[in-house]
Amino acid sequence: MIVAQQKPINDIAQMINDCKKVLFVGCAGCVTVCLAGGEKETEVMASAMRIKRTLENNPLEAITYTCTRQCDPEYIASLDNVVKDVDAIVSLACGVGVQYLAERFKDKWVVPALDTKFIGGSTVHGVWEEKCGLCGECILHRTGGICPIIRCSKSILNGPCGGSQYGKCEVNKDIDCAWQLIYDRMKALGKLDKLMEIQPPKDWSKSRDGGPRKAIREDVMIDE
Amino acid sequence: MSNLSKLQQVLDSGQFAVTAEIGPPKHSSPEGIRHHAEMMRDYVDATNITDNQTAIVRMSSIAAGAHVLGCGIEPIVQMTCRDRNRIAMQSDLLGAYSLGMRNVLCLSGDHQKFGNHPMAKNVYDIDSMQLIDNLRRMRDEKMFFSGDAIKESEPQFFIGAVANPFADPFEFRVDRLEKKVNAGAQFIQTQCIFDMERFERFMEMVRERGIDQRVHILAGVTPMKSWKAASYMQNNVSGMIVPNELVERLKNAEDPKREGLDICIEQIKYIKENVKGVHGVHIMAIAWEEVVPEIVEKSGLYPRPKVG
Repeated sequence: MIVAQQKPINDIAQMINDCKKVLFVGCAGCVTVCLAGGEKETEVMASAMRIKRTLENNPLEAITYTCTRQCDPEYIASLDNVVKDVDAIVSLACGVGVQYLAERFKDKWVVPALDTKFIGGSTVHGVWEEKCGLCGECILHRTGGICPIIRCSKSILNGPCGGSQYGKCEVNKDIDCAWQLIYDRMKALGKLDKLMEIQPPKDWSKSRDGGPRKAIREDVMIDE
Repeated sequence: MSNLSKLQQVLDSGQFAVTAEIGPPKHSSPEGIRHHAEMMRDYVDATNITDNQTAIVRMSSIAAGAHVLGCGIEPIVQMTCRDRNRIAMQSDLLGAYSLGMRNVLCLSGDHQKFGNHPMAKNVYDIDSMQLIDNLRRMRDEKMFFSGDAIKESEPQFFIGAVANPFADPFEFRVDRLEKKVNAGAQFIQTQCIFDMERFERFMEMVRERGIDQRVHILAGVTPMKSWKAASYMQNNVSGMIVPNELVERLKNAEDPKREGLDICIEQIKYIKENVKGVHGVHIMAIAWEEVVPEIVEKSGLYPRPKVG
């Protein structure tokens, strides 16, 4: 899932300081799972903002709505009637949701309440870790199911580099060396010989370096 | 201009090679580089020119290498994968060769977190292994990294790489060294050796697999100025092992700098006499370049052979 975290409340308040009526939009997708922008977080943020503005003698009318997903036009269409008289929309979705709202509601000021961090999962309750680099061409079959693109600080394909020691990355002792993990796993699987193949330079054009990407499935497209 | 690397001639003729290191300045004057190059000229076969080491901006290794070459000393241009994509790398390599540089050392490079631009994007478009492989293809197959033909005057570099016997996983370091040799590395410079026992275990594995027959390994040594410097390396530099005895020896010394030099000289003599498969020594006197001639002389490696 996409993992996001809330921005400091003062930063969000500043973005809507001159607005009298604001819509806070949550998302029931990834950001609900990572406890950053679901229904509950949306209600809490709206309340906090109302209280803050009341204390500042600048009262705010805050309304809320949580979409099934903000990254789907059909789910944000249900906001059409809700947004009419608001001065601004605060999106508690990932960067995709913010952009979908901004694109649909062209005359509205749309601002992000979250920082979109990465693609990952939780390890223990309250901790999420980055696992996928979205490189566009998966190589996990060559690296024992451990991604060096995102879990190695240098994205090295023929690692580990000289900074790997005691299983840790040179960047930070809290980061496991992905190549130590890959080595250990390949060794346990009896596949160390695979690591002796020189992995060629990666085709980054399949990643974001090739420009914004699009996935097309003609077989499921509907002619209109 | 000679096509042959002097370092390659020394190594290929079976002589024990000596290389050192010059760190380019954080400004645009070549005076310091020239001073160090002239001082080292008769004492080493070539000197590494570091490439923005620890990710701190310095004069480019190729520009500094041109100044060094002008002083009559052969540079080993270091090229890291951190700051350039494959286009910039090839462009710089063509330029370096055109200026008369014949040796390239391929490395990953320190992460920019450690430097003075921690917010920079790191490139790592290709890694050190791929750089070695492609440098070899440029020379032997007359091809750019893309596979396009180099129609004339392909650069014919003597290709170097690094190995760190003190990083983990220990056994895989030998595999990775072999992989670099398979990719095209002709000489190897190791990380600074302080833990001689571990280095000897590393070399034993290297010899068992005959890797020392296929590549010239130069043992990296670093003279230390003080016990604090040693202790810093022990605790704060990833991929280094500094035994406590060494820190203690410097701590108890009356003249720590003298002691640091003596330790370094002892190490070189020991390696040359006892560690089979080592074909030379690489002296990294970090911000202490002026001691290189003395180290070389007292290690019994002076005068240097005349070649080319």
